Amino acid sequence: MIKNMFNRKRKYATITNQTELDDIPQGVMVKCPSCRKIYYRKEIEKNFFTCPGCSYHHQMKASERIELVLDHGTFIEWDHELVSENPLDFPEYLEKLKKDQEKTGINEAIVTGKGEINGQPTAVAIMDARFRMGSMGSVVGEKIALAIERAEKENLPFIIFTASGGARMQEGVLSLMQMTKTSVALERFSRNGGLFISYMTNPTTGGVSASFASLGDYNFAEPAALIGFAGRRIIEQTIREKLPDDFQTAEFLFDHGQLDRVIPRPEMKSTLTTLLKLHRDRGDK
Amino acid sequence: MKHVLPFEKPVVELRDKIAELKNFTSDSDVDLSEEIATLERRLARLEKEVYGNMQPWDRVQMARHPERPTTLDYIEYIFQDFLEMHGDRYYGDDEAIVGGIAEFNGRPVTVIGHQRGKDTKENIKRNFGMPHPEGYRKALRLMHQADKFNRPVITFIDTKGAYPGKAAEERGQSEAIAKNLREMAGLTVPVICIVIGEGGSGGALGISVGDRIYMLENSTYSVISPEGAAALLWKDSNLAQKAAETMKITAPDLLELEVIDDVIEEVQGGAHRDIVMQANKIKHVIDSALEDLRQLSDEQLLDERWKKYQRIGAVSSTIES
Repeated sequence: MIKNMFNRKRKYATITNQTELDDIPQGVMVKCPSCRKIYYRKEIEKNFFTCPGCSYHHQMKASERIELVLDHGTFIEWDHELVSENPLDFPEYLEKLKKDQEKTGINEAIVTGKGEINGQPTAVAIMDARFRMGSMGSVVGEKIALAIERAEKENLPFIIFTASGGARMQEGVLSLMQMTKTSVALERFSRNGGLFISYMTNPTTGGVSASFASLGDYNFAEPAALIGFAGRRIIEQTIREKLPDDFQTAEFLFDHGQLDRVIPRPEMKSTLTTLLKLHRDRGDK
Repeated sequence: MKHVLPFEKPVVELRDKIAELKNFTSDSDVDLSEEIATLERRLARLEKEVYGNMQPWDRVQMARHPERPTTLDYIEYIFQDFLEMHGDRYYGDDEAIVGGIAEFNGRPVTVIGHQRGKDTKENIKRNFGMPHPEGYRKALRLMHQADKFNRPVITFIDTKGAYPGKAAEERGQSEAIAKNLREMAGLTVPVICIVIGEGGSGGALGISVGDRIYMLENSTYSVISPEGAAALLWKDSNLAQKAAETMKITAPDLLELEVIDDVIEEVQGGAHRDIVMQANKIKHVIDSALEDLRQLSDEQLLDERWKKYQRIGAVSSTIES
C-alpha cells in the first residue's frame, strides 16, 4: 500500500519556524560554540550558517538545507506522510516520536524529494539531527529506498546529506536492516548507471556511516564533521588509550583516503552544480 | 569441567546424580536399576521442560557458550576439501574472518564466516571474532571470485561486532562494511547466510546479505548487545537480561519480525551437545535452499533479493488509504 502512495505529487509543505527549537538558539544574539564569540543570529544565517569568525558549521534544519542548496521554490517533497510504528512495543517510543515531531515540525529524521540545483534537477534526501539524533529507523530507510527508486525512474541523480547518530535503538534489528535495505537499493541504482553523491555533515556515525553514507560515487563532508563507525568512548575503552582530538573528523577521514573532498558550506552549491554539470550527459569515451 | 549455564543447572545436577548412581551400582551388589530408570525418565522430562522453555537471556548465554561450535567446526562436518584462502590484497589477513572454497554435495562453493576462538590463546589470534576492515575486504574478494566462477556463497555469522579500534577506523571500517552490503546485493550467485552464534550489529551484517537468512535456534541478531542496550537505555548494564527481552534479538523473534527466512532447530541442550547432528541439520537446510535458488535466472535472483530487503521495516502512513 505504501508503494502506491508515492504517485501522488505533493507540494512541499512549508515548515513553520516559530515553535522550533534551534541549534542556533532563538534570540538575536548567538554565542559560537567553537570560538565562544557572540554574533548576530542573522549574520550567521547570512554566512551559510557558519561562524563569521571561526567558520564553525552550525547545525542546520532540513528545511534550511533545502533552502540553501536547492533553487528557491523548486523543491517537491516525497513521502512526507510516512511515520514510524512501534515494532518492538518499546516503552515510550511513540511518545518520544510525537515530542520530536512537535519540536521539529517534521514527521521523521529525514526529508526526501526533488528539486533543482542551478537549474539541474536532482533527487535529494536531507537528514535532520534534531529528530531522534537523526537515527535511522524503518521510516528513514524506507524514505531513502523510495527516493532512490524514484530517482531511478525519473533518471535523476541522488544526493544525500547525512546527519545521524546511527541506528535507532527502539526499532532494534529492524533499524539494523535499514542499512541493508538502503545499500541494496543503491546497488541497483548504481548498476543502472545512477549518480549518487554522499555529503556527510555532523554527525555521521554508526550504521549510517557503515551503509549509504560511505557508498557515494563521490563522498564529501563538511569541515570538522564527526564521521566514524564506532563511538570514541567505546574505542578508548577497548584499546585503553586516549585518542587524538581530530580523530574521526572529516579532516581525519580525508587524510586517511576516505573522502573525495572536504567542502565548506559556502562552496557546497557551486561544487554540486559543477559536479552535476559534468554528469549531465553520459561520458563519451 | 563442562561449562554449565545457570538455567540448565537442574538438568546437569540430575544427570550427574544418575551417573553417580550408575557408577555406584557397577562397583557394588546393590541393584538400583529401577531407581535409575525412574530418574532417567525424570531427566528426559526435565530436559524437555528446561530446554523447551528457554528465555531470551538463556539463548543469549547459549549463543555465547564457550563450547559452541564455530565456523571452522561446521565447515569440517558440512563441506569436503575446504581450502582456506587468505588476505585482502590491500593490507593483511584478518583471522577473525575465515574463507575459502570447498565442495558441497559434489559441487564447488565459497564458504566465509566469522571465526572466534574457544580459549584465550585462540581468541587473541582471532581477535575474539571481531573483524577489521581487511576481514570484510577479504570476504568481498572471495565473494567476487565466487561470482566469477559461478559458485554459491555460504556465510556463517558469529561475531560480537566489528572491532571498535583506532586502526579499524583509520582503514575504513564503515566503508568496508558498507561496500559489502552493496556488493553482496549484486552477486549473481545464490547467497545463503546462517547465524550460528551472536549476530552483532553492522559487523554481522557485513557478510550477511543474501537470498536466504537462517538462524540457529539459540543464536541472536541485534543492533546492539543486551549489555550495550541496557547501558544506553537505562544507564545500567546489569539490566542486560531485561534488554535481551525488550530488544527482540532471538531467532524466534527475528522470524516473527520477518527479518529471517527460518529458524534451524538445535540439538536439545544446544548445538555443542552434538555437532555432527547439528551440522547435518544445517546441511539439509543449505541443500534445499540451493535447490530452490538454482532454478532462478540471474535477473530473478537479483530481483528477489532486492524485493526481500525492500520489504523489511515497520512503516505507517498518516494518510488513510
